Amino acid sequence: MPITIETRDDSTCVSIDGELTIYTVAELAGALLPQMGGAPRLLLDLSQVTEMDGAGLQLLAVIQREADSGGTALSVTGQSVAVTQALELCRKAGS
Amino acid sequence: MSINLDQALQTFIVEAHELLQVMEQSLLQLETEPADQGAIGAIFRAAHTIKGSAGLFGLTPVVGFTHIVEDVLDRLRDGSVAVDATLIAVLLKCGDHMLELINVVASRGETLPPAALEREAALREALSRYQAPTHLPETVPQSIQTVDAGAGTSAELLWHISLRFGVEVFRNGMDPLSFLRYLETLGQITQVTTLTETIPALDSWDPESCYLGFEIDLRSTAGHATLNEVFDFVRDDCEVSIEAIHEASDRAVSVASEWDAQAEQGPLTASVQRLPAASEPKTRDGNYVRVNADKLDELINLVGELVIASAGASLLARSCHNDPLQEATSTVSGLVEEILDGALHLRMVPIGDTFNRFRRVVRDISQELGKDIELTISGAETEMDKTVVEKIGDPLMHLLRNAMDHGIESADARRAAGKAGKGHLSLNAYHDSGSIVIEIADDGNGLNRERILEKAQERGLVASGAVLSDQEIYNLIFEPGFSTAEAVTNLSGRGVGMDVVKRNITLLRGTVDLDSRPGQGTVVRIRLPLTLAIINGFLVGIDTSTYVIPLDMVQECIELDVHQRQSSRDQGYLDLRGEVLPLVDLREHFSHEGSAGRRQNVVVVRYAEHKAGLVVDDLLGEFQTVIKPLGKLFGALRGISGSTILGSGAVALILDIPALLNQIVQLEARTAQAPYSPTVVAR
Repeated sequence: MPITIETRDDSTCVSIDGELTIYTVAELAGALLPQMGGAPRLLLDLSQVTEMDGAGLQLLAVIQREADSGGTALSVTGQSVAVTQALELCRKAGS
Repeated sequence: MSINLDQALQTFIVEAHELLQVMEQSLLQLETEPADQGAIGAIFRAAHTIKGSAGLFGLTPVVGFTHIVEDVLDRLRDGSVAVDATLIAVLLKCGDHMLELINVVASRGETLPPAALEREAALREALSRYQAPTHLPETVPQSIQTVDAGAGTSAELLWHISLRFGVEVFRNGMDPLSFLRYLETLGQITQVTTLTETIPALDSWDPESCYLGFEIDLRSTAGHATLNEVFDFVRDDCEVSIEAIHEASDRAVSVASEWDAQAEQGPLTASVQRLPAASEPKTRDGNYVRVNADKLDELINLVGELVIASAGASLLARSCHNDPLQEATSTVSGLVEEILDGALHLRMVPIGDTFNRFRRVVRDISQELGKDIELTISGAETEMDKTVVEKIGDPLMHLLRNAMDHGIESADARRAAGKAGKGHLSLNAYHDSGSIVIEIADDGNGLNRERILEKAQERGLVASGAVLSDQEIYNLIFEPGFSTAEAVTNLSGRGVGMDVVKRNITLLRGTVDLDSRPGQGTVVRIRLPLTLAIINGFLVGIDTSTYVIPLDMVQECIELDVHQRQSSRDQGYLDLRGEVLPLVDLREHFSHEGSAGRRQNVVVVRYAEHKAGLVVDDLLGEFQTVIKPLGKLFGALRGISGSTILGSGAVALILDIPALLNQIVQLEARTAQAPYSPTVVAR
């Protein structure tokens, strides 16, 4: 499983290990999205992401959108080089 | 992502090879029918698609060269350049060069060697004669801009690109980010806005569908066409609009986009107009599925096992005397047979593609030799196993070259001999008794019987004084190191080749023979098995052993009664309705111990023009035979071509009838020197 989800107190910590690409988005979305709205705080750790593509970007955009609308405070606790490069490419600063 | 691009690159290389072949064939067609608009269109599309895809992968050398070719083709298409022989010759060479570019640059990631670059320069020079004098597409908008902006030093334009990707983009193996990355190599991306508004609500959102869009500002020296090409690869799946904007002068914008409108009929319509061309290969892909050949082999192997297993089941069912069970197994057997046929058919491809490739070869070589030679192709739809088709190409090429070089005389010599100045070469393929026959015929001078014999005696291949039939003499040229050509040319005549041709064909379990008439021409006939994996076999029994004879070679079976047996054993042949039929006693041949059964049968087999009778104990009927090759240990074994597993689990050996018949012929040749022996081999 490339994703680990831990719930501590009022925050959910999610860390993704491996690819954040078209090959994994379906699985990641299935595991992650139901957790949204369950906790007031969502911590996203992307420091172990090895690769990221447009599909991954889209998943992050959806997470952000859902967090905004559901009132969840989203924070990214770490991002790998692959994530930074992909985000820079589309000029989306780490959100 | 890098994996994705690698795969896409492989697809590009394969497609480029196919497109280049289409281009070559269309060019050759254009040569015979200069007014064929369809062929011109096909050539243009091939070049255009290659250029577009190569652009996506950043294969600049390919794009640069193909662009010029496309330019000339475009002028050919709108009629401002006429088709002539020189242009076709140049374009054919351009196709070769593009193939080399793709092989070197795309497949191996290297740069061209200097010799190839020199060739490219010569081709560019030749092509430039066909280009419009002022047609310099990528520099024109820049120069206009330079003048208008008055900067003089900078030819950079600010482009605004609006991208909306379709939902299938991810699933089609594309990554929108890679386009951004590629754009970065063309210039400086000053601003990107990622559009995510179209992503639907969570319950209807599929993470594998793409809803992304980008608004990009790019500062680049690249022209509109170059930028447009970046998206050729996803043209079907996305909406692109590319516009030039300039902070300093609005006039520059209008001039530049006006020019674009001229060249491309406006950015938006261009993408619409190009759609049919780009989607054409797509629809073709819809009808075909690319399957790895290994998977196919695996399937056929499995089907082979299935055939064996189902034979075993039928055998058991029969011994149970259970009618419904027998009926069920016979239905299964019928279906298995159909699956087998279908599976084998998957591997069958028409030989036409291979044949058509030779049109170019014949054209080039006849020009090189200064002979006027026409190639006629028939039976191109004849289907045969893919492996065989692939491996037969080289031997065929060699035979064709030989026929052109040595067979067909120069035009003067032909006229002197009372023949038409134009030489004819024909390639023909057809099915014949379970094999495929490929004929290469020329109407040249024929083989020189005396010279061959002389040479053979000189080399000690034939004992002096031996009497050989014409056929045998002609077939001597397949012996190693045999060449009678007076002049060694760079095409053939060096004495290597014909033996290699023969060896390659033998490896495919085929045979080759040759017929020649002095002054009228030569025919080379190649006989190949239909498939390499499964045959229809005829089971025969000797003692407790079972042998398989390929059914296609079995002509008839006759019973050998007691007094016939005695006489035939003494003489070694049988009177078959007034015909002499040489007999081979398989019991003796394979040294089976024990005495012959009370009744014996003769299986009459034929291969090519040889016929013989095989004496066996029992006839056991037909059997679908999956050929299992024998191990290396048995490599030297003659007369056995492989083995198979019967329904009962027993192993049966498959007889190699051509080799067996050959053995008889050779045996006969040896005994023929003894005066009393009559001619035994029936022809």
